[in-house]
Amino acid sequence: MNHMNFKTFRGGIHPGHFKSATEKKPVVPARPPAMVIIPMGQHIGAPCEPLVAVGEEVKMGQKIGDSQGFVSAPVHASVSGKVAKIAPCNHPLGRPVKAVYIESDGQDTWHEDVQPNPGWEELSVEELKKVIREAGIVGMGGATFPTHVKLSPPPGAKIDYVLINGAECEPYLTSDHRAMLERADEIANGLKIIMKVLHAPQGYIGVEDNKPDAVEALKKAAAGMSNVEVHALHTKYPQGAEKQLIKVFTGREVPSGGLPSAVGCVVQNVGTCIAVYEAVRFGKPLIERIVTITGAGISEPQNMLVRVGTPMEEVIAQCGGLRPNIRKVVLGGPMMGLAQAGLENFPVIKGTSGILCLTDQEVVLHDIQPCIKCGKCVDGCPVSIMPLFIGSAVEQGLYDRAEASSAMDCIECGCCAYVCPAKRPLVQWIRMSKGDIAAKRAKK
Amino acid sequence: MENKLVISSSPHLRAPESVQSVMVDVLVALFPAALAGVIFFGWRGLLTMLLGMLSAMLVEAVVLRRKSIFGDGSAAVTGLLLAMTLPPAPPWWLPVIGGAIAIIIGKQVFGGLGNNIFNPALVARAILMASWAGHMTTWLRPIDLATAATPLATGANGTSFINLFVGTVSGSLGETSAFALLLGAAWLFFKGHIDWRIPGGYLGTVFLIGTFFGATGSLNFMPSTGLFHLLAGGVMLGALFMATDMVTSPVTPRGRLIFGIGCGVVTMLIRLFGAYPEGVTFAILLMNALTPLLDNLTLPRKFGEVAKQ
Repeated sequence: MNHMNFKTFRGGIHPGHFKSATEKKPVVPARPPAMVIIPMGQHIGAPCEPLVAVGEEVKMGQKIGDSQGFVSAPVHASVSGKVAKIAPCNHPLGRPVKAVYIESDGQDTWHEDVQPNPGWEELSVEELKKVIREAGIVGMGGATFPTHVKLSPPPGAKIDYVLINGAECEPYLTSDHRAMLERADEIANGLKIIMKVLHAPQGYIGVEDNKPDAVEALKKAAAGMSNVEVHALHTKYPQGAEKQLIKVFTGREVPSGGLPSAVGCVVQNVGTCIAVYEAVRFGKPLIERIVTITGAGISEPQNMLVRVGTPMEEVIAQCGGLRPNIRKVVLGGPMMGLAQAGLENFPVIKGTSGILCLTDQEVVLHDIQPCIKCGKCVDGCPVSIMPLFIGSAVEQGLYDRAEASSAMDCIECGCCAYVCPAKRPLVQWIRMSKGDIAAKRAKK
Repeated sequence: MENKLVISSSPHLRAPESVQSVMVDVLVALFPAALAGVIFFGWRGLLTMLLGMLSAMLVEAVVLRRKSIFGDGSAAVTGLLLAMTLPPAPPWWLPVIGGAIAIIIGKQVFGGLGNNIFNPALVARAILMASWAGHMTTWLRPIDLATAATPLATGANGTSFINLFVGTVSGSLGETSAFALLLGAAWLFFKGHIDWRIPGGYLGTVFLIGTFFGATGSLNFMPSTGLFHLLAGGVMLGALFMATDMVTSPVTPRGRLIFGIGCGVVTMLIRLFGAYPEGVTFAILLMNALTPLLDNLTLPRKFGEVAKQ
């Protein structure tokens, strides 16, 4: 394999890949549902307000929710039909959010605003940003940070590198892998647009070396671009973490508490590149995404192109349904994904990279044991903090000590809790302290 | 279906390793040296080790009111480690009392597993040493079991390196065979339970001080005395299995290295200038006391840390 000798990052772990169930399966379009549920908050930032009323006819791709906030992204109808109701629905973060329920007419009639733009390569930076914002594009890796905000670095910040994250270091997930194989040209074009918006002279695409076929496909797609390089990266979790990826490619470290733009970098996920390209080239807003439905708890694991707003139960049914010994459903990957209490009234949203169905074979409830100070969490931590000390501080309610031990620098990757032989819920504890510390800082 | 889904914080994948599996790995790693002890010193050696382990496990089960005798396995490790530091054929009650001291005074009074400051096995050994010095220094020659002084007491010239390496010299039950100890430690390396820093720092320091000061106590250059100090006495057992005790050694990479070097320096100071021929026990106990300090002084530079203006 053509390895560049990139510096690796410190720490990290090597969990099993668990990708074989879906990595060879091409993306299949999911059947559009009879009813979609479009939550008004699918992103980090201000939630949207509905722009439509109950009973109103809407068309596919029509903007149905928007917000005045800068850090926000509009939402669009993913089918054509009639607004049935506006009511709360479930959300991966646990709090219900307001959603527009649209009864599909089965026609999938595009809204008149959705028009291809043959002259897309001539668009100015400001026009491109506007298109990207209006298309409701957010980070597709799962963080769902509005893309147009990321493409507007603070004044004075010079962006040297755009890094495209195709690491897909989360076990089980294969949605990015399939996207890189099947839509490499769109990724390359999306990167080109992003580089233009940021005036960035150099672009990198990084893929873990357990996906050599994706590296090849992207190399072919980027062959004509002299300022873009595709690299195979070591397969190590969390290779795709933003700050770690920047370190690997550029040797630069995002300062503690700072943003990637502080070191001249912007990182985007491969799925986001595709969404950007589709918006700019075809005028298509973000109304569908690739989702990996996998785990031993699902009958037919698949990669599916799913309309945003499709009820989870519908997607699950199209994968043959859950197995009887299902024990946990995680949205996202197993390292950072969110376990859910149920799937009723629960749509696929822009950030749903995977639906991971785990059985009682995989879900073991461990007793928490005392820390034996083996130091494996220290060795595994990619940001070099001391998870064991923060964990013990939080266990005793000493949040000040957790703050002093750099709890706020934690990226919640889960390496520490993964390796802990005493099965201590280190990430959970650190997250608890982060909430407490943030509240305290906000009060000041 | 809905009400039996488990909700828990990420990560949803966990490494298969547990505290118990780590302790079992340590027991496996101690097996070659324990076997060597039985081969060299016979059934009395086996009995001593069994009594030490049983005593530690039973006392811990009673103290914790736990039904399982083996539990997390840490008491078995402590009991075995203690027995391996005892003379080959002590009175039966010595490992029994030692095991109880290790668990009660060495471990449980501090709050049990993970909270003890000092290596429990070495705490017990130190107390036994102070209480029954005669029994604790009755050494036997391997195989024929005649009473004999240890190589450290007789000096560097009397013993061949082959004997020291294989372990056919007098000494504590589990300390004599460097070969068996290294073999076991290789298992711990392979399993990722110890890294090179503590054993490397410890053994390297002992070798260097032994080479430059071992012969006369003043500056000199004799690699053979360095090697002698490495192979004789309890340095191998101490550096590979005692100083590397997870609970009582630093967690930071630099802290581990300094800890190992410190153990080596103190061991050699005691050997060369102290009243005892051997200093491993007190060297490690002393460095155990410094562990929290070393951790705090050697925190790794966190990712993206900006130098304070």
